[in-house]
Order: sequence, then structure tokens, then C-alpha cells
Amino acid sequence: MSSTATKDHPQLAAIFNRDEPRVDWHDETLWWVRAKRDIAAHKLPEWELLRETASQIKNNVLSNLSTYLEQFEANAINNGIIVHWAANAEEHNKIIYTLLEKRGISRMVKSKSMLTEECHLNEYLLKQGIDVIDSDLGERIVQLAGEPPSHIVLPCIHKKKEEIGDIFHEHLGSAKGESDPKILTETARQHLREVFLTRRAALTGVNFAIAETGEFVICTNEGNADMGAHLAEIHIASMGIEKIIPERKHLGVFLRLLTRSATGQPITTYSSHFSKPQDGKEIHVVIVDNGRSIQLGREDFRNSLKCIRCGACMNTCPVYRKSGGHSYHTAVAGPIGSILAPNLDMEKYADLPFASTLCGSCSNVCPVKIDIHDQLYKWRQVIVKAGYTPKAKTLAMKGMAFTLSSPMIYRAAGKMGRFTFKYAPFAVNNGANPWYKHREMPKAPEQSFGEWYAKRKENKK
Amino acid sequence: MKVALFVPCYVDQFYPQAAVATLELLEKLGCEVHYPKNQTCCGQPMANSGYEHLTGGCNNLFIDNFAGYDYIVCPSGSCTLHIKEHLHSHENEDKAIEIRKRIFELTEFLVDILQVKSLKASFPYKVGMHQSCHGLRGLRISQMTELVAPPFSKPAQLLGLVKGLELVPLSRADDCCGFGGTFCVVEEAVSSKMGKDRVDDHIEHGAQYITSADLSCLMHLEGILRRQNSSVKVIHVAEILNHSI
Repeated sequence: MSSTATKDHPQLAAIFNRDEPRVDWHDETLWWVRAKRDIAAHKLPEWELLRETASQIKNNVLSNLSTYLEQFEANAINNGIIVHWAANAEEHNKIIYTLLEKRGISRMVKSKSMLTEECHLNEYLLKQGIDVIDSDLGERIVQLAGEPPSHIVLPCIHKKKEEIGDIFHEHLGSAKGESDPKILTETARQHLREVFLTRRAALTGVNFAIAETGEFVICTNEGNADMGAHLAEIHIASMGIEKIIPERKHLGVFLRLLTRSATGQPITTYSSHFSKPQDGKEIHVVIVDNGRSIQLGREDFRNSLKCIRCGACMNTCPVYRKSGGHSYHTAVAGPIGSILAPNLDMEKYADLPFASTLCGSCSNVCPVKIDIHDQLYKWRQVIVKAGYTPKAKTLAMKGMAFTLSSPMIYRAAGKMGRFTFKYAPFAVNNGANPWYKHREMPKAPEQSFGEWYAKRKENKK
Repeated sequence: MKVALFVPCYVDQFYPQAAVATLELLEKLGCEVHYPKNQTCCGQPMANSGYEHLTGGCNNLFIDNFAGYDYIVCPSGSCTLHIKEHLHSHENEDKAIEIRKRIFELTEFLVDILQVKSLKASFPYKVGMHQSCHGLRGLRISQMTELVAPPFSKPAQLLGLVKGLELVPLSRADDCCGFGGTFCVVEEAVSSKMGKDRVDDHIEHGAQYITSADLSCLMHLEGILRRQNSSVKVIHVAEILNHSI
């Protein structure tokens, strides 16, 4: 990530766009997932009702978050689960390290968790001498490649099978040039089996935590969370405070929406419930805030916390599809990430709310009806007012506002502009004009509509 | 019926023929059309760039020009949506609210208010229809592919009344073209790639013209078509509906 830390979305997206066939491939792959989502959604006549129901359940959750969290904690403790609270990423990482250190555990298996990505847990533990193996296949691939995930559901969607073959050859000893997905998957399977059998600690995320019962649910297609959690003596589950749902009966609504929105599947292969530890083993839940309560307090942005991390907004987003997940330089990429990230660090992620055409497709696919594109618009206003925009842009906008507020100046500027387009095209058709790089400028007509209309009125008299 | 014509700034300056077509079409359909001469811009370029706080001047000017009409009609979904969602005024909020209620994008005005059932237009070409996002998802002038709901399309309904016109199907019916206001220059690389892909979809399906209820998208797509020396042309939907041979 260090190479991308100083670059913003337009720069990173421009680098990604140097290889057009690759952009096409990335775009097609994700569009295929979006199309699968459409087919799955359209098979359910009650789809829009489901979305509305999920949205309202989440509204209730956000309005009563502390109550549900405390209820969950009490019930979880009753079930024999040990509950920890972390105000931020640092606390989260420390809690996990302490749990491992006390038992002298130096190797841990992890299932995919975007929260641990957000907290940079792997880097932290590595510095403490603890080896973490990601067990989700896609996540394992990017881990071996030394990259962060580029998508929250499909972490290595940006990698081609030939590239994965090279990574496996280098790290897992598969044959050079092997790119058959079946053979590569088998290689990963053998490698991960050894990991599952030997690790004493397992970390998982949490998709849904049920206040009523104190249990939590993890959804995976590979069963890797179960493999890790069942075999290890200590299972640590990291969850954001927003993962709460009130009652078990609400789970059906979310499970029906989650995977249909994510991949077009009716349901994940494994929806595993964890409610109490096996004899002689421990389950710990770390409940993490890390900026979420600040977002909860921002009226315009609070319902971004309804997100169930399905990734549908990324698959449908034409900007995401054509700029790649890494261009967002944040753990959660795409439209949803662009409204979550500025809450964590407004200056660092000031570019992200602008990485959108505000087309609104993200809001339409969102299974919990987050008004994503409206929030992007609102973040822009906040970021500009906070002063995180280039001075040249502010100056240009002031000039524009001045011109457009005065009919006389507007007409004069328009005339001058059209004159320039017509008689001095070199003034606009050059490398300094980003429009001109791939597009011709519009042709300038002889007269504006206003001028035409004035003459027409004159002639009618 | 007193109708005010709102011609967005870039249409006024670069595509006057679309505004002329809009005016003529509305007059043919029996509207008394006024063009308030001191109009400029809806203020969207500033607002979408995060400078909504600089749009006060534009807003007040807009209110001065457009208060008091039965309807305000605009040949651009995007500008219409901006006014509908963001026109405010400290001094004249009542008038702003009235205007927000009375402004219509051209095709929704023709279908919902004038209830046009026939047109004397002909346009014997293969036409691809680009759905502008603000018209589509903002004003809902057509049904969106993401939602589970019965399909409809106000512009397509109108184009269906035009003799000889053949609407070509597209692989991605309502994918964004990548214009996005200042996005087109700030994110030039992604924007132009998005535009190229939209253009390709139309060309692959045999379109001779690409039409839309929004000229901003068309300006972007035209820029790409002309760079490619393509014979495919862009044309605003008003020009087709007002066209006869």
C-alpha cells in the first residue's frame, strides 16, 4: 500500500487504465457478477419488500444500538462467550495480541474479515512476531502477493488465473506455468489443510450478531471459517458495532439478501452459527467501534452503518469496474468505502467522494437501501468546507459562480468561449485540457440559443 | 398553459438546435412558451463539485427568471433534477419550493402533463437510446435495471411514436456514460474509458444515431465519436421528436 499512499483516486485509476484490455477484463468480470445479481433479484417478486424490511430493521438497530449491544453482550456472556470492547483499531489489535501472547501462540489462521483489514491487524501481528495465514482462498492469494484485497467479497478479482499460478509456483511449490483453476485450488486446499490442522488460534469476522440470543453468524462459501474455528482451541471473532440485528427471526431477511446481492447465489454455502464454546475451548468476541459512533452521530451519513458488506455497489459501479479496487486506497473500496473512509480520515480520503459520477446505481442495488450516491454528494460539500480541496479548484468554482450569477457576464463569456473554440481552437485543443486527451471539444455554433431567440422575437414584431 | 423554457447553459452555448427543437415542439403541441431571457445555469457544476454554498447567486437568479409559470420545461434531465433537489433561497424559499414542484424534464412533461399520444415526426434511422443517470435514477423517466419493478420508459414511449425510427437494443441498458460533470476532467482516464464503452455498445448494435434526454452525456459521447472519426451521430431526443422529412 505504501506506493499508493500518496496518490489519489484519479492518479491511481489513470495508472490502472494504461492497460485497456485489462480494464475491459476487470469490467466484464464484475459486470457478469452484477448480471447474476439481477437474475437472482428478479426471481423474487418480493425483492423490493425484502430490501425495505432490511432497511427498516437496520434503522431500528441504529436508533437503539447501545441497547442491542448490551443485550448481545449479556446473552453472549451467558452462553460462555468472552466479550471485549475496542474503541479503535489499536485497541482491537492489542486485545487480540494479548489473547495470543498469554497462551504463547505465535501462529494464527484467519478467515476473511474486512474489519481486520480496516484495523491492519495482519501487519500489526507480524510486527509482534505472530504469523497470520488468511484462509479465504482469494484473501490468501492477495496475502501471498503482498497486496490488500481489491474487493470486499471477491478479494482477488483483479488477478488473472495465470498470475495466481505464478504466485502459487513461487510460494506453494505448484508447477511453473500452471493456470488450471482446479489444480490451483487443490494446491491451496492442501496448503490450507495443513494450516487448519496445526493452528491453535482462529480469527473470524462476524456477519450478523443476534442480540436476542447472544450468538453470531458467519457466512462463507468455502467453509474456511468453520475449519479454523472448530479445530482451534481459541476462536476470536472481530465485529463492528453495527453488525447487530435484534432477533433471530430477522436473520432470514438478511441471509436472503446478502448473497443474492453479492454473487447472485440464493444463499452462502455455509451460514454458521456460533453461540457457545465447545468444552475446553474459548470463544472471544471483540466488539469494535473504530469511528463508527462518530459516523452514527453524523446525521447525513449515519445510515452508511446499515451496510452488510455484500459488495453489490462495487460490482454495479462503472467507476469501480473501470478503475480497480486498489485505486480507492482504503480497506473497503468502491461507493460504500467512499462514504465510510472520509469518516475515518477526511483529509486522506478527501478524493474518494469525488470518484463517482453520482449515477445512483449503487443506491439501487443496495440491499439495505443506503442512499450511497446522495451521501457522496453530501461528503463533497463537507470536504470542501473543511478545506481539503485544491486551491485552484476553489478559485475556478468561485469564478464560475460569479459568471453564472450574472446574465450579462454569462452572455459575454459564452460569446468569448464560442469565439475561442471557433477561431483559436489551439487554445483548448491541447494537452493541458484533460477533456481533449481522448475527446474532441464540442463545435461552437454561430449563435447561442439566447441570441437566436432574440432575433426570432425581433422578426416576429 | 404558460410554460417557461429553461435552456441549460451548455445547451444555450453549444447545442442551440436542441433548444430550438424543444421550443418548436412545445409550441406545436399548443403550449404558450416563454423564454426568460436572463437565465444562465442551474448551478449544478458548482454543487456537484462540493461548492453548493456558492450557488446562492445562481439560485436567486433562477427564481427571478422562473417564478410564476404554470410549468418550467427543460431539455435536460440532469439540470432538472438539480433544481428539483437543490434549489433553495434564504429570501424566497416559497418561490423555490413552487419552482421545484413545477419543473419538468421535456420527455416527462410530454408524457405526464401533455399526455402526448401521437406525433407528426419521422426519423427513418436506427437509434440507440442513452439513458442519462439523472433522468433515469433521479427523475425516474424510465424503469431502472437494478430494481424489481415493471418496465417503462417515457423517452422510448415518445420515440415509439416517430415514423421510421428503429430503437436498437443495448447490452447494458442503463450503464453510466462517465460524463459526471467535473468528473469528466478530474477523472479523465476513467471517464473517457466509460464513454468509449458506452459508444461501443451502441455501435455494436448498429445505431446510426445516439439519442438521449440529456445533452451533457451526448456531448461526452460525441467527443469520443468524433475523435474516432465515427459516422455515428448524437442527437437530442427533442430534435428527433420535432423532426419530419
